[in-house]
Amino acid sequence: MSIRLEHVDYIYEDNSNQKNYALKDVNLEINPGEFIGIAGHTGSGKSTLIQHFNGLMQPTNGNVYFDGKNIYENDFDLRGLRGKVGICFQYPEHQLFEVTILDDVCFGPMNFGKTREEAEIIAKKALLDVGMSEEMLQKSPFELSGGQKRRVAIAGILAMEPEYFILDEPTAGLDPVGRGQILNLLKRLHETKKMTIIFVSHSMEDVASYVQRMIVMNHGEVLFDGDKREVFSHQKELEEVGLSVPFYRYLAEDLNQRGFTVSKDILTMEEAKEAILKVLRKKR
Amino acid sequence: MSILQVKNLVHKYITVGDSEEDKQEVTAIDDIDISVEKGEFIAILGKNGSGKSSLAKHINGLLMPTEGAVYVKGMDTRDKRNLLNIRQNAGIVFQNPDNQIVGTIVEEDVAFGPENMGMPVEDIWDRVTSALEGVGMTAYKEASPNHLSGGQKQRIAIAGIMAMEPECIILDEPTAMLDPKGRRHVLSLVKALNREKKITMLMVTHHMEEVLLADRIIVMDHGRIAMDGTPKEVFSKVDEMKQLGLEVPYAAELAWQLRQEGVPLSETITTREELVEELCQFV
Ligand SMILES: Nc1ncnc2c1ncn2[C@@H]1O[C@H](COP(=O)(O)OP(=O)(O)OP(=O)(O)O)[C@@H](O)[C@H]1O
Ligand SMILES: [Mg+2]
Repeated sequence: MSIRLEHVDYIYEDNSNQKNYALKDVNLEINPGEFIGIAGHTGSGKSTLIQHFNGLMQPTNGNVYFDGKNIYENDFDLRGLRGKVGICFQYPEHQLFEVTILDDVCFGPMNFGKTREEAEIIAKKALLDVGMSEEMLQKSPFELSGGQKRRVAIAGILAMEPEYFILDEPTAGLDPVGRGQILNLLKRLHETKKMTIIFVSHSMEDVASYVQRMIVMNHGEVLFDGDKREVFSHQKELEEVGLSVPFYRYLAEDLNQRGFTVSKDILTMEEAKEAILKVLRKKR
Repeated sequence: MSILQVKNLVHKYITVGDSEEDKQEVTAIDDIDISVEKGEFIAILGKNGSGKSSLAKHINGLLMPTEGAVYVKGMDTRDKRNLLNIRQNAGIVFQNPDNQIVGTIVEEDVAFGPENMGMPVEDIWDRVTSALEGVGMTAYKEASPNHLSGGQKQRIAIAGIMAMEPECIILDEPTAMLDPKGRRHVLSLVKALNREKKITMLMVTHHMEEVLLADRIIVMDHGRIAMDGTPKEVFSKVDEMKQLGLEVPYAAELAWQLRQEGVPLSETITTREELVEELCQFV
């Protein structure tokens, strides 16, 4: 059981007929129950990569397998796959088109065979889970603020109850409370429903706080793929490709340089707080 | 005279449904007053739906007040005859880099604004050249915008506004879609234009670290102004910020957490350097 990419290239031609690799020899396996963060500079291939996970984009070379079956073999049920692997895209406004917010979120489940009544129950729950309020459900998606649109788009995929929930920059444009709500929702889905979560993020702090495994893309290739601690230990390489390590890791480095000795491997606020308190308690 | 004055501004969105009874009103801006001096760099914070974008759109006349008024260099935005002049003086950059580019070549895109103003051709090219130089994109002047990164597109959008030689630029979450490097580039450009060219900046953002660049912060809540002060003033009120559903910069948050545990750190800490400095006093 997994999504597996084998030697995947995705090649496109630009105006001058030059061949460009959006993905180059990508080999990855996503196992059920994982919580994964994907990072990389703009144009590094993150969005192209995730669209290969449910067959929205087809590799130029190489293969994609779902539960061991090649998804481009004739008898493969691609439509069914899209129900199991849900992707929420970067620009939510491109995904909203129905008359009311509730209709919009009902669309997915109904498209996959639920009745209107069943769909409404699922949709309402999904909308409340992403922090929308009851009185907003009958509004038009076009009357929403930027952050509200983003939440509705996430609810739309959530309502399909996917096995693999993939989100491209889910927290862009969300306020701090909204960001926490969405990330904690993902954590809860991962823990209680055993949903596999993959999210693309530019925030190293968010990645560090939530995921186990981190994949770093660079010019279409997988630069790092592994445990987040291991990946964040490559500070110099990450900076070279336009990324960074979490704020707290820089803080630990500065403290150490000034003789305030804490572990270098600090990734989150909680870890930083504990480490600093430990030093101070010893002093007293 | 203030470059920008917002007086008792109220904005209500009216949505009409299928019938008259479906008609609904949303008060997005609820009686606010702001006055901005030339050369200020203001960050606007607030929860989703608190009215930030609605406010931004009033400043260059994309939205009209339901009540109250907005004056740009003394010009009332409600007077149609002022609109061209107002838009030349106050340009707006939005979040999505893909929706703002109109030209098929970078130069053309930047020239679009001045062309629309009916400027003489020679002047237009002078302005385009210096605007592209100003945003550090001269090398791309003949490129197709489609092939640029998000951060580069935002710089082009800013160049398009710079070519109008405005006194004020409004940026509505200009970095939300950018990677860390693109974000740094756009922010350093915004800061430089403010410092060197004295362009007044109003920037909406959800990133507390970015806010530290500003001289002044306005916090919105439910269409009203909840706080207005310097970054140090605003971020020292951690509890209040949390109540408004907002955060403070990482260093301020960690200092707050440590204060809760009895570590005597000052409330004015907002940067990593300040936090490290104070912590090192203890060892
Ligand atoms: N075109 C519209 N029609 C009706 N209501 C709208 C419209 N645009 C915004 N609103 C409503 O007005 C309020 C303020 O929205 P606004 O877009 O100004 O918020 P914001 O602070 O920019 O939020 P965000 O951080 O999510 O971008 C919200 O309640 C929103 O639902
Ligand atoms: Mg907005």
